[in-house]
Amino acid sequence: MRSNWFCPQNPPPFRLAWSVVVCLTIGLNACGCQKIESNRVCLVSSLPRTGVSRQVSDEVVRGIRLAIDEVKEKAGRFTLEYRDLDNSAAASGRWTSEGEAANARMAVQDPNVMAYIGTLNSGAARVSMPILNYADLLMVSPANTAVGLTKPGLGLPGEPNVYRPSGKLNYIRVVPADDLQGPLAADWAFERGVRRVFVIDDAGVYGRGVASLFADRCREQGMAVLEHVSIDPQAAEFKSFVGSVMSADPDLIYFGGSARTKGGQLARDLVSAESEAILLVSDGCRTKAFLEAAGAASLEGRCFATSAGLSPEQADCNEKLLFLRYRQKYGTCPSNAAIHGYEAARLVIRAIADVGVKDRRAIVESAFASQVDDGVLGQWGIDANGDTTLQEVSVSVVRGGEFVHEEVMSTAGIGKKNGSR
Amino acid sequence: MDVASFLQQCGIGITSGGFLGLIAVGYTLVYGTVGLIHFAHGDVVMLGGCLSLAILSFLVPVPVDPLTGCLVVVLAAACSGLFCGCLNICIDQFVYRPLRNAPPLSPLVSTIGVSFVLMNVGLIWIGPTDRAFPEIFLETTRSVGGFSIAMADLLVLVIVVPAVLCLYVLLRQTRFGRSLRSIAAITRVTARSGEAGKLVIATFFLSGFLGGVASVAAGVHATTINYQMGHQMGLYALTAAVLGGIGSVPGAIVGGLIVGLIRAISVAFLGPRWAIASVFLVLIIFLAFRPQGIFGKSKTRGGQR
Repeated sequence: MRSNWFCPQNPPPFRLAWSVVVCLTIGLNACGCQKIESNRVCLVSSLPRTGVSRQVSDEVVRGIRLAIDEVKEKAGRFTLEYRDLDNSAAASGRWTSEGEAANARMAVQDPNVMAYIGTLNSGAARVSMPILNYADLLMVSPANTAVGLTKPGLGLPGEPNVYRPSGKLNYIRVVPADDLQGPLAADWAFERGVRRVFVIDDAGVYGRGVASLFADRCREQGMAVLEHVSIDPQAAEFKSFVGSVMSADPDLIYFGGSARTKGGQLARDLVSAESEAILLVSDGCRTKAFLEAAGAASLEGRCFATSAGLSPEQADCNEKLLFLRYRQKYGTCPSNAAIHGYEAARLVIRAIADVGVKDRRAIVESAFASQVDDGVLGQWGIDANGDTTLQEVSVSVVRGGEFVHEEVMSTAGIGKKNGSR
Repeated sequence: MDVASFLQQCGIGITSGGFLGLIAVGYTLVYGTVGLIHFAHGDVVMLGGCLSLAILSFLVPVPVDPLTGCLVVVLAAACSGLFCGCLNICIDQFVYRPLRNAPPLSPLVSTIGVSFVLMNVGLIWIGPTDRAFPEIFLETTRSVGGFSIAMADLLVLVIVVPAVLCLYVLLRQTRFGRSLRSIAAITRVTARSGEAGKLVIATFFLSGFLGGVASVAAGVHATTINYQMGHQMGLYALTAAVLGGIGSVPGAIVGGLIVGLIRAISVAFLGPRWAIASVFLVLIIFLAFRPQGIFGKSKTRGGQR
């Protein structure tokens, strides 16, 4: 009897049917096609779950989980399922284009996925935004601040339309963009009597963007921008570079970047060189990782950080409830990242509950029409570009080994000084 | 840039070049003996840094006086050196030795694989963030002849200079050194056992030991370590080894100093983003005129060195 490895005893018709089943199974799995479940919707988040950014991602995920737990995993008639996806590689310690694109494709191909919470890094958002836009899938970022993602005329040529190939909007962010953080940081510096600034960035999308906006605003205010330099975020140390910073004799040194891109090492080398200048860093550095690398004790009272939106210390009634629940669940107070993750998830859950059907376009439109009256960060909504209507930036200072809230800056403050913006 | 600033940059360059030279010696010894570029060497150094961080954090929780500080650091360097030496032997025996007679690409790919494995070990050991080395001394700078010198940089010299002198004595005055130099000068080792095998083990140990010592100097100099530091440090050290003439121990030391100086001066003059580009530009130009490096010997037709 003739036999083969595949099905030795069966006649040709059976083999054909078996082959069809196997091919279909493999094909459907390869396409990511999954069974449509009428009562279940899936939220996914795409964040770097290894590397330096993991701490911040953990906090965002905690915020998301808390929001889902609050509604007992229900959004209207749907049961919520949450998938925490990783867009990073352990070897590089950061998000990768491949990881982010794979997550976006997986989300698009699964008909149960109705919202995509992410990304942490603006560069990663540039990868996934066009993929999700084609599929009309709601994307809500708890952390992206690069201006070009949403605001026409402020980013690179072609932005933000290059991220909207379908011509429709599907991207929302719950944090104010860098066109708020950078200029308000400059205004804060001006108010403190700073007149000579040295601007440094990490050469990344986010860092360079916020540092450039800071430098531009400094020039508008009449401050001297001594130099604007990009560092190599792979360098082990910056001792040689710090010498040239010191010789410029600035009143303030601004760093646009994050702990992952050597903000901590730069701060440490500046302190070691006995720099007397104030150090002001962007929100990417407002993390424990930054303080650990820089040495919190040496930054006491002289290192300031801006962060988009209100800081956790600006607690209002809802926020106090959040603080209580968060502390009960995780044993610590929520950070900015946790609050923004929580708000992003709440926005998504409300949009799904309001629409009541599995219609991605309708959910996007519902999210864009959202007006949050009982938000942790106060009252806010979404403007026509997908940006939050919040217009505040918090300034914190290092005290007692951690960042402590110092003051809130708002566009109202800018208007008073400059007349228009 | 004034003269004082220039000299300060030279000081930083020589300090960092010193430990880069020690790491470069590791590359050059292994290449000279078994003809292999040990790409994982930078990551072995990184793990040495992790161990020294643990030792120093335990022994020096608060800053101490200079003499005690030096002794503790030398102890950490010795422990780290022993650890890295043993680790290098294990890597050789379990990964490279079975591939001794394999086509050249097989061990090369293995070295890259080992590099990634070690990097992940480092990630598990110290976590993803930069970890700060403890402050060793009570005073951070000392004025010598009008120049302000960082105590950390002096400490690096305390580690590197004796290590280089000991290496010189070992290679010039001992039987092991003479054997190593004769093998490097005649042919590369392919044997798996016997005298040649022992020599290979000793070479890997020495290479790792110097890397371990250098890791402490690197940690003291940069004041932080992270699990990815081996990649860039290894790249600079390999460049130094090639610049000095791969296979030549004095060449590796001189190459390290040159790379350190170019890096420091280019950062000061051109900005920190151009450091790597500047180092490699100098390497490319130099090798165009002298492909065998500073101390390397040109190949004969027969392929012998």
